Amino acid sequence: MKKLMIGNEALARGLYEAGVEVISSYPGTPSTEITEFAANYDEIKCEWAPNEKVACEVAFGASLRGVRSACAMKHVGLNVAADPLFTLSYTGVNGGMVVCVADDPAMHSSQNEQDSRHYAIAAKIPMLEPADSSEAKEFMKLAFDLSEEFDTPVLMRICTRIAHCQSIVELAEREAHPAKAYERNPRKFIMAPANAVARHPFVEERLQKLSNFAETSPLNRVEKADSKMGIICAGACYQYVKEVFGDSVNVLKLGMVHPLPVRLIKDFAADLEEVYVIEELDGILQQHCEHIGVAVKGKELFSPIGEYNQATIAAAFGKALPAAAEQPNLPVRPPVMCAGCPHRGLYYSLVKNKVTVLGDIGCYTLGMAAPLNALDSTLCMGASISGLHGFNKAGGEESEGKTVCVIGDSTFMHSGMTGLVNIAYNATNSTVIILDNSITGMTGHQQNPTTGYNIKGDPASKVDLETLCKAIGINRVRVVDPYDLAACDIAIKEELAAKEPSVIISRRPCALLKSVKALPPLKVDPAKCRSCKACMKMGCPAISMKDGKAMIDHTLCVGCGVCTQLCKFDAIGKENA
Amino acid sequence: MMKTTNLMIVGVGGQGSLLASKLLGRLLVDEGFDVKVSEVHGMSQRGGSVVTYVRFGEKVYSPVVAEGEADFIISFEKLEGARYVSRLKEGGKIIVNTQQIDPMPVVIGAAEYPENILEELSAKGIAIDAFDALALAEEAGSSKAVNIVLMGRLAKYLDIPYEKWMEAIAKSVKPQFVEINKKAFDLGYNKE
Repeated sequence: MKKLMIGNEALARGLYEAGVEVISSYPGTPSTEITEFAANYDEIKCEWAPNEKVACEVAFGASLRGVRSACAMKHVGLNVAADPLFTLSYTGVNGGMVVCVADDPAMHSSQNEQDSRHYAIAAKIPMLEPADSSEAKEFMKLAFDLSEEFDTPVLMRICTRIAHCQSIVELAEREAHPAKAYERNPRKFIMAPANAVARHPFVEERLQKLSNFAETSPLNRVEKADSKMGIICAGACYQYVKEVFGDSVNVLKLGMVHPLPVRLIKDFAADLEEVYVIEELDGILQQHCEHIGVAVKGKELFSPIGEYNQATIAAAFGKALPAAAEQPNLPVRPPVMCAGCPHRGLYYSLVKNKVTVLGDIGCYTLGMAAPLNALDSTLCMGASISGLHGFNKAGGEESEGKTVCVIGDSTFMHSGMTGLVNIAYNATNSTVIILDNSITGMTGHQQNPTTGYNIKGDPASKVDLETLCKAIGINRVRVVDPYDLAACDIAIKEELAAKEPSVIISRRPCALLKSVKALPPLKVDPAKCRSCKACMKMGCPAISMKDGKAMIDHTLCVGCGVCTQLCKFDAIGKENA
Repeated sequence: MMKTTNLMIVGVGGQGSLLASKLLGRLLVDEGFDVKVSEVHGMSQRGGSVVTYVRFGEKVYSPVVAEGEADFIISFEKLEGARYVSRLKEGGKIIVNTQQIDPMPVVIGAAEYPENILEELSAKGIAIDAFDALALAEEAGSSKAVNIVLMGRLAKYLDIPYEKWMEAIAKSVKPQFVEINKKAFDLGYNKE
């Protein structure tokens, strides 16, 4: 059966067909759908972990017990999971184990553009990189065979244009891989120094064996052409190369991007006059070629920044590009917090109080944009809380009285809790605001330990944030409704003034949740509107000025009523009132 | 080799372009084409400018449409219809819902909405099929059916039998919405 699937769905299908039994992941664009699709297969025990380190360790435990396991994350998630990953390289596996990592060249939805291939090199483990959905599924099955044959975790790298591109996949049946017996093996699995010292040579030998495998593996293939030019590429770049050159140049298409073959590349280049390496982000393939004495051109022609397409490649080779109309200069349309977003009211109150705000990773990062301009920093998951503590340590009382941090419920679970422990333990009078919208929002509504539901939508244990914060040692914990601007204002003022650490939980479910019923849209009475634009200060996308009066778009408005609290002239009311 | 047809579906995050691409993808696979559909997920979905690329033909490599390559740009919103005009192929066409959604820089007064942008592009010789798809969707019974109205309009220009579109709609939407969507499709398809 043929089916159109995004790369992530194909990876999930590959996990299913490979007989995987346990998957633990943390959502992150562009990796999220791998686990979401996998969760549709009843045969796989799937879960959202609180963070990528936990996810990777759960997969390790399942592998140790003898079943095939996996975890999935975005590129920056691999930073979080790097600790278990590096030593997993030493222990190896029992059941096969694959770590899926999704890079985001051009940063469609990311805070940096790091190249995950460096992790495969640093951890000395194999990395595969498919070039479409069909390969994504097939490579996944091969990855598990590799994992078990070479006793290693395997990295499966994809980029946004593979993860979120649909192409045709031929489905197959699920393979049976009965659990291997669990036998205690301290020398392999207890990585205390004495054992780790003994395991390191194994890692080096394995890498050599994998290099030999790369020479002849069908994962890497040469597409011959009657030409003196050759291109070495992998992943999405292969597709761009084929789009531009068709079958007119020699192509070495790499499916295994670590370790890289030596003889295969030398043989490929031997009879060619020019060899090019085309790879997005860092010049890793190029460096390898140069290291083994094969002269290539790559980053001389192509940028380490952003993603490529067929035009990038055609232009670099001086090919004529299709005629294109001149692009008029238009207002940009950046992403914004949705109409009715509960974060907006809280942000408005922070801005009104001229508070310095250390931000975090989630939908609420969008509070950085005009007109709110609410944020002062965003670094990585959890950094708002730890950063606030450092900021206040440095700035003392003066800083404590006018600085807060904001962090979402899922991000707080991910790596915010430890920062809050630090605030209590190392004592700054910091004010932490947890923006609890009862879901992991930015990645598209995944459950998390604070929502009371698991990945299947079944009821699950629910973290009580108030009790948790108190147990950590924060005595001042209060809850506000971010739709209530007066309450937000009071809470912010009081907690900033308090001479002890405090947590404000700004609680209101995401307006896009199916369980949240939108109220009837609101309407501006033009007779009462004095055109003061007070309602525009919070940046609601449903409100704009038309003919000098505020106007509410009824297709966007969910009736949250925050704007009515800003209008001094009582001009905003229910549509049919 | 048969040439590849390049489509772009553009609009404002949340307007329903994913359903349009799902419908198209299913239809094109059933028609025996090689197909690639490149979607947008994550941050830019939140009210930002969103683009989906759909490419089909005998063999499709790249998942994206580059400058000067699009046969059709199907836009859910007026400004977005103009945003990707440089991707349009010579002789290509922009199918655009004339609904206006102000982007945040316009909302806060930092920029002006280019009200006559489509007329300006037409004056430069760009083929534009602009109409109020939202009104037609509401006539069909749901403002959410704009995507299917636009698919109906696209169907006028593509060489795929009408019945095949109807089958794809029946397979792509929930049973209770099939009639509304078929009506929405017809309103786009039969519009003068």
